[in-house]
Amino acid sequence: MLAHYGYKDGSGDYFIIIDTDKCDGCGKCVEACAYGVMELIEDEFDIEDGSMAAVTEEHRKKIKYSCGPCKPISGERKLPCVLACSPKAISHSW
Amino acid sequence: MSKQSKEFWRWREYRHTVPEMDWHDAKIVTAGVDIGSVGSKSVIMLDGKLHAYAAIRTGGVSEETAIRVLNWALDETGLQTKNVHCIVGTGYGRVNVPFAKRTITEIACHARGAHYIYGPTVRTVLDIGGQDCKAIRCDEKGKVISFLMNDKCAAGTGRGLEVFADLIRVPIAELGKASLNVEKEPAPVSNTCVIFAKAESVALLRQGWEKEKVAAAYHLAMVNRIIDLLTKVGVEKDFVVTGGVANNIGIISRLEKNLGIKPLEPNVDPILAGAMGAALFAKALYEKQIGLR
Amino acid sequence: MITAGVDVGAKYVKVVLLEDGRKVLKRANGIVGFDILKSATEVFEKALLEAGLNHDRISRVTATGMGRKAIHKKHPLNAGEIVPEVIADAKGAYHLLPAVKTIIDVGAEEGRGVKVGEGGKVKDFVINERCAAGAGTFIETMARALEVGVEDMGPLALKATKAIPMNAQCCVFAESEVVTLIHSKVTKEDISKAIHDAMAGRIASMVLRIGVEKEVVLIGGVARNPGFLPPLKKELNTEITIPEHPQYVGAFGASLLAFETEGK
Repeated sequence: MLAHYGYKDGSGDYFIIIDTDKCDGCGKCVEACAYGVMELIEDEFDIEDGSMAAVTEEHRKKIKYSCGPCKPISGERKLPCVLACSPKAISHSW
Repeated sequence: MSKQSKEFWRWREYRHTVPEMDWHDAKIVTAGVDIGSVGSKSVIMLDGKLHAYAAIRTGGVSEETAIRVLNWALDETGLQTKNVHCIVGTGYGRVNVPFAKRTITEIACHARGAHYIYGPTVRTVLDIGGQDCKAIRCDEKGKVISFLMNDKCAAGTGRGLEVFADLIRVPIAELGKASLNVEKEPAPVSNTCVIFAKAESVALLRQGWEKEKVAAAYHLAMVNRIIDLLTKVGVEKDFVVTGGVANNIGIISRLEKNLGIKPLEPNVDPILAGAMGAALFAKALYEKQIGLR
Repeated sequence: MITAGVDVGAKYVKVVLLEDGRKVLKRANGIVGFDILKSATEVFEKALLEAGLNHDRISRVTATGMGRKAIHKKHPLNAGEIVPEVIADAKGAYHLLPAVKTIIDVGAEEGRGVKVGEGGKVKDFVINERCAAGAGTFIETMARALEVGVEDMGPLALKATKAIPMNAQCCVFAESEVVTLIHSKVTKEDISKAIHDAMAGRIASMVLRIGVEKEVVLIGGVARNPGFLPPLKKELNTEITIPEHPQYVGAFGASLLAFETEGK
């Protein structure tokens, strides 16, 4: 499943996309993010148990701002959450 | 605003029992409770078939709302909470459903519920609730493949329509129909922000536009916004719309026109899709528990 | 030579009349009505009248602001040039404070961050538009929910005793949140602070995308709200200067640009 967390507003598209089939619930993205954007949640999409990475409720509505420091308009951008994910389950839409 | 002013945004609460069904004949009795930001819904199922439901406005305390909506759905069925084998909670306030065995996100429940209501050909579910809008892609089993949810802002949600109903003083249930009462579709107002759209609507009303024409411009903006979100996950047939806004003909007909895809017509109130999905998950959970699967 | 800068904002028209690219003769403002050209012309004529000048004394008019196109080469205002807000902001702010490197401009419907390079040139900018939560309209809408005047919001916030977080990122949802806070007996002072903190947080995160370098100036109508500066300073962890007449910086910049064009 591709989980798109974020929103779209007048200024653009802001989604962190997590491929839950690839995500193994290791939690490295949670440690990598200095702003507390990521968290591990219980799999609430089916009756089976398991955990998966997600964007916290708090940050879903403002990731344009929360992720801002990792995305300077000019200069190199390195996204710690994406780099930390070995199964390559995380991508950003902007 | 004075306390006496009419509340144009307020919709009626309701319940229903499907006749000629008796829970005594059922092997598995399950319930789904969907606590939304604006409306709360409960569905009772007998062996996975819809038996009764209720829809009420969400109150200040989610636990109380959950109890009230479940009890109301059980009313007239002869059932009591203790006769229900398994209850699953979903929706924005799902963690506050006191007797739920488990919680499942409303995204999974809407996909599952839509699969039940419309059949296995459903591939895209658009759920427009009171405070959010979700675009969901699912497979032939009703399992979520991809989803996107916008709950950051009121544009493209039921709340946006409530604000507008109050502004032009037309009851929310009649708003969609009123918006279709125009000769030609006007240009839309701002589709990214309800506050700006409202300000633009006020300006249009002052310029002498008919209420209906302004409503058309507002609905069109909302539809553009929703299509914008929907195309992000992609639209594949069959396409269905669930949630409270599915009952607004002004939104549905414009979606069909501008998207070029006709949404399937529901045989039950699409506001119940989430609660239905939850009741179906409850059945699966109970079957797993007693070793049936 | 007298030139004019007209800044047609979302809510107000601001006019600056400038003599020889140095001396401000007059500042005037007025609300933007349905007819933008008419509103702008009225403010412009008010400025002329108060300055005791005839229209033909004005050598050139340059316009900026989101409604600038409505007055571009249109009688009777006849704005010869139109420039984007960020250009006018940079010009005006640089003239007032040559050491400026970062401009934060918060108007009624838009928030902007401008990175200023040598000679007042725009190096980079970021705009948060079409969302009321990132602009002055947010505070105005919240004032209505709190049932206080918009001009009282800042002073109220300064009297707050507690910092309360606000979760809603949307004006409409924030209105409901404010009502909930009122019902749970949170004081108007604390709610007002929460409103300003939330807004400052959004503006700060936006500006951080272009990087914040000293000197930092805050301009636009929201700069006149005393409740906004403290949380913004805290979020950005820097000193921020507010020039005199912060709401006129764009119009002032436009009048300077008109002078430079005319002088060529």
